[in-house]
Amino acid sequence: MSTELVTMNIGPIHPSTHGVFRMRVTFDGETIIDAEPIIGYLHRGSEKLAEERTYTQIVTLTDRMDYTASMTNNQAYILSVEKLAGIKPAERGVWLRMIAAELQRIAAHSVAIGFLINDLGAWHTPLLYLLREREKILELFEMMCGARITNSYLRPGGVFMDAPDEFWPSLNRFLDEMPERLNDIENLLTDNEIIVSRTQNVAVLNKEDAINASITGPMLRASGVDWDLRHRNPYDFYDKVSFRRPLGTVGDNNDRYLVRLQEIRESLKIIEQCLDLIEPGPIKPEEVPFLVRPGEGDSYVPIEAPKGELGFYLVSDGGISPFRCHVRAPSLMNLTLLRDMVIGYKIADLFVTFGSVDVNMGEVDR
Amino acid sequence: MFGIGLLKGLFTTLKNLFGPVFTVQYPNKKVGLLGALKFHKKTPANFIKTQPKDFVKSLAGLHEVPEYPDQATRFRGQDFNWFEDRCTGCASCAKYCPLGIIKIETKPSVRDAKEGSSYDIDVFDIDIGRCMFCGLCVEACPFDALHMGSGFERANEKRDGLVIPVDELRTAIKTPSTWFRPQMENKNYKPKEIDAEIKDYRDIGRHEKPSDDELTERWVDER
Repeated sequence: MSTELVTMNIGPIHPSTHGVFRMRVTFDGETIIDAEPIIGYLHRGSEKLAEERTYTQIVTLTDRMDYTASMTNNQAYILSVEKLAGIKPAERGVWLRMIAAELQRIAAHSVAIGFLINDLGAWHTPLLYLLREREKILELFEMMCGARITNSYLRPGGVFMDAPDEFWPSLNRFLDEMPERLNDIENLLTDNEIIVSRTQNVAVLNKEDAINASITGPMLRASGVDWDLRHRNPYDFYDKVSFRRPLGTVGDNNDRYLVRLQEIRESLKIIEQCLDLIEPGPIKPEEVPFLVRPGEGDSYVPIEAPKGELGFYLVSDGGISPFRCHVRAPSLMNLTLLRDMVIGYKIADLFVTFGSVDVNMGEVDR
Repeated sequence: MFGIGLLKGLFTTLKNLFGPVFTVQYPNKKVGLLGALKFHKKTPANFIKTQPKDFVKSLAGLHEVPEYPDQATRFRGQDFNWFEDRCTGCASCAKYCPLGIIKIETKPSVRDAKEGSSYDIDVFDIDIGRCMFCGLCVEACPFDALHMGSGFERANEKRDGLVIPVDELRTAIKTPSTWFRPQMENKNYKPKEIDAEIKDYRDIGRHEKPSDDELTERWVDER
C-alpha cells in the first residue's frame, strides 16, 4: 500500500531532544525516510567571547559548554593553556583534577544512561536511580569547589584550592557504595526484555563509518574500535594508572548503553588508584601568575571527555587573551551520523538513537 | 525465559522501596512530636501550653518546621560579604570579573592617609542578576576584603532588587563562605552556625602574608 510522505519538525522545544535541537524528519507511515538535524538554537558565541577575556576568565566559559561535564571541559582547556604557556603543573593538582575528571565522567555517563532509558519510555524510575548517584558526586564537587555544575575548579598549573578534609571520607564512602548501586542498575536494566528488544540491532553503526565520520568516545568504542585517548595519548597522569577499555561488538544502541555502564566501573577503579598515588604537596606552582601571558604560538591537547575527544585549539599573539579559540566538540561530531543511523527505523527508535548518541546541545552550538 | 529480567528489575525496585529516603523536603518538612520538640527546644508541657494547635498537628506528624539542605562551607552563595575597613578601592575585583558587573566609585580619603584606607568608597554595587558566581573577584582581592556569601534565597520580583548596593554590603550580617579563604577552613568555621558569627574583619584573618597583626604593627611603628 502506498502512502503519502509526511514531513514533520521535531523540536526545537521537545522533551526528548535533550535541549533545543530540531529534526526535520520525513516519514512513510511510521518508517523514517529522511532526517535532517538543524542546530544553532543555543549558540552563545563562546569562542568569540573567549577572545576578549583573560586565560583564567575563560575557564568560566568552558563550564557552560557541556554542562553535564564541566570538570573535563576545564581540564581540556587548562591542558591547552599549560602547553601554550609552558607551565609545569604541580603533582598534587594533577592528581586532584584526575579524580575530579573521573567523578565527572561517572556523573555524565549516569545522565546519559538515565535519559537514554527515559527516552525508551521508562518514566523516570531508572533515571532517578542514576540521578541519585550523580547527586552524591555533585555534593563532592560542592565540597571541593563550592559549585555543583559550573565548577571553575581548575587553574593553569593545577587547581585553585586543595580538597577539604571532609572530602576524602565522603569520597571513600561513595566508592564503597557505588559498585552496589551499579549492580542495582544492571539488575534493573541490562536483562530487561523490553529494553533488550527495543535497543538490540537498532541503529547499527559499523566500524568503518564511525572512523570515517571521526566519531569518538563511547560511541566509537561501542562499534568495536579500541580508541581511548587516556590510553593512546596519555595526558595528565593517565599513564600511571591501569584500566580496561570496554568495547562493543555490534555498535547498536544496546552496546552504547553497555559500554557506558562498564566505563563507570573503570572510572571507579581509576579513582581508587589515584587515591593510592596522591601525595601531599603544593596544588599549584607558586610562580604561575593570575594573569597568564603566553608567548606567540598555538596549542591543541585532545582529552577523552565523557562524550569523546574534546580539545581547545588556542592561538596566542602574546597578549593576555587568546587571539583565537576553537573548540573541537565531540557532541557536534557524534551528531553528524544521526541521519544515516536512523533511516529505515521507526519513529520511536529515533529518540532512543538520539539518546544513545548522548549529545549536549550546549556543546554542539557553544 | 522471557520475563526473568523484568522480575529481577521489579525486585530491585522493591528493595529500594524500603531503603532510606534520599529526598530532602525544602523549605519545610513535616515532623512528629519528637521532631517538633527538638526543633523548638521545649518540654512537652511547655509546648502544649504555648502552641496547642501545633501540638495536635505534631501528634499526626503534620507539624511543619523549616528545613535547610546540607551545604558545603565552600558553597559560593549569592550575598557577597564585604569588609569596608579592609577595602582600599583598588578595583581588582572589578577588573577580574569576567562579566564586569562590579561598579566601584572612589574618592581620595579625608581621613589620615594610612596604608589601606587612602580612598573612600562611594559606590560598590554588585549586580548579582548577571553574576555567575565564579568567585574570581574573591580570588583577585589582595586584602581579603571581599568574600562570597553563603545564602541562596534572594529571589526578587524586579531586576533592580538584584543589585546589592554598598549600604546593604555595609550593614549585612556577615556569613561568608570559605571559598578561597583557607584560613577560615583551618579555624573550622561553618557559615550556617549561629555561634560562628563574624563581627568584623579581624575575625576573618588573612590567607597570605602579612597577617592582620603584622599589618597593625607596621602601622603603629610608622606613626
